[in-house]
Amino acid sequence: MAAVLGPLQLRLTAPDYEVTLERGMLVVRLQPSKLLETVRLLKSEFHFDLFLDVTAIDWLPKAPRFEVVYHFYSTSHFVRVRLKTPVTEADPTVDSLVSLYGSAGFMERECHDMYGIGFRGNPDLRPILLYEGFVGHPLRKDYDKLAEQPLVPYRK
Amino acid sequence: MTTPDMDTKLPEFTLPNPVRPAFDTTGHDDHVIVNIGPSHPATHGTVQIIAELDGERVVRTDVHCGYLHRGFEKECESHTWHNLIPYVDRLNYVSALINDFAYCEAVETLAELQITPRCRHLRTLLSEYSRIVDHLTCVAAGLMELGAMTAFLYIVMVRDYMYEHIADLTGARVTYTYGRIGGLARDLPDGWIAKLEVILDKYEMFIGRVHGLMDRNRIFIDRMRDVGAISTAEAVSYGYTGVILRSTGVPRDLRRDTPYLAYADLDFEVPVGIKGDNYDRYFIRMREMDESVHMIRQLIDTLPEGPINVDDHRFTFPEKPLVYTEIESLINHFKLVMDGPQVPAGDAYAAHESPNGELGFYIVSTGGGIPAKVHVRAPSFVHMGGVHKMLDGYQLADLVPTFGSINMIGGECDR
Repeated sequence: MAAVLGPLQLRLTAPDYEVTLERGMLVVRLQPSKLLETVRLLKSEFHFDLFLDVTAIDWLPKAPRFEVVYHFYSTSHFVRVRLKTPVTEADPTVDSLVSLYGSAGFMERECHDMYGIGFRGNPDLRPILLYEGFVGHPLRKDYDKLAEQPLVPYRK
Repeated sequence: MTTPDMDTKLPEFTLPNPVRPAFDTTGHDDHVIVNIGPSHPATHGTVQIIAELDGERVVRTDVHCGYLHRGFEKECESHTWHNLIPYVDRLNYVSALINDFAYCEAVETLAELQITPRCRHLRTLLSEYSRIVDHLTCVAAGLMELGAMTAFLYIVMVRDYMYEHIADLTGARVTYTYGRIGGLARDLPDGWIAKLEVILDKYEMFIGRVHGLMDRNRIFIDRMRDVGAISTAEAVSYGYTGVILRSTGVPRDLRRDTPYLAYADLDFEVPVGIKGDNYDRYFIRMREMDESVHMIRQLIDTLPEGPINVDDHRFTFPEKPLVYTEIESLINHFKLVMDGPQVPAGDAYAAHESPNGELGFYIVSTGGGIPAKVHVRAPSFVHMGGVHKMLDGYQLADLVPTFGSINMIGGECDR
């Protein structure tokens, strides 16, 4: 496991990166501007070839409000790495990973649905779990759990 | 008897389209666009596929899921860690136990709990038992859709023995709520293991008949071989894990690669395919069930004695007789129910090899009894992102077996 994480830690140095080992997983904190080049490095040099997951955390009322969280897995080293990048409420946008991974398409659509994170470069951010015309982003902390937006009117 | 009033009109409103298709014009005059689903008898799961057809050939597809979205992750943010266990059952409702155990492991990772050896063994055994049930369901449905009714009935009969048997342990046939943070709901009832061995013998007899009926059946091979094929490179790029990735020929299995529970102590093979097509996915599921039986038999032989729950009153419930007889246990029980177990602040990701692939739980706690976030890395959802790679270019009729072999489960896909 340490075979790949050691060299990776040497490459991701301060001040651009904050690297920690949390509960057995390497966690890399970075600014959104560094995201695409870092993922490209992870994929090409460290064989993190499986893009597992992207989601966001809403830290309301803290600022910056959102943290976008990525998980990658290497099918040759059998190890996972987590990337975390903060984005603000005013500009909740990060670069899309569709140029690197096919799986980014659907997962970014879901994250856009749920948190309103914009993925620069993803050509298809249509709703996937929600429907056309849905207003708001339900997993944001200020979205009321009981809010209803029926697509078809209720029967009287 | 009243006659219908012909002047009565239905209330007028136009039904809005919940999806915006990726394409609404064809690339060629002879092509047509058809809409399949979201409620279609030949696709198990509520999924909508908008397909451009050239005669019988599928040119391109636009896949929409989300019709079973019920706000699982939002709901999780207002219930205690314990109260979520019935919800996670309903993600992949065909193998609910694996969801239970993966979720519990995520919370245990965050709380730094070490489960007991007996609990670890039982969770492994029940995970493999669930995997058999899940694969049986998928294979049975896939065969039935191709007209193999006898094989279907053999398999669902065995599956029902298993459902009833798991109900003896958990009290429910499908959604078990059997996992607990730091342990399990209850220990095995008397005679459960003996009955398990009888059922595994029955399984072997009937699955042998299914092999005899299907494996070298000309009709079956013609429908399945070289249909819905995907390459390893495409599968990895689209985030495929589990059976679909293994069908392309790479032995990637979390039980082998990053051993969790008791898998490091077990002897088992990771079957792989050669072409990444529907036939390979059928055969891998059949072989994996045999491996699961092999694992269960090893686990029966080595099942350790001892407690099933961690001795940590911050997380596990006290024995019921104590709750009724002493005040400390009563308060303990009350606090665990009303406030929930106090999970330290932080985040954790736990992944299990579910029958469909990597099932991951990413949980965030800000300290306290209620999660700040529970995110599910659902294999079915990720698989939907690349399903067009397996549908485009084949016949419209191939869509049914291909979709069946992907085993999309709406509960976990749409959450």
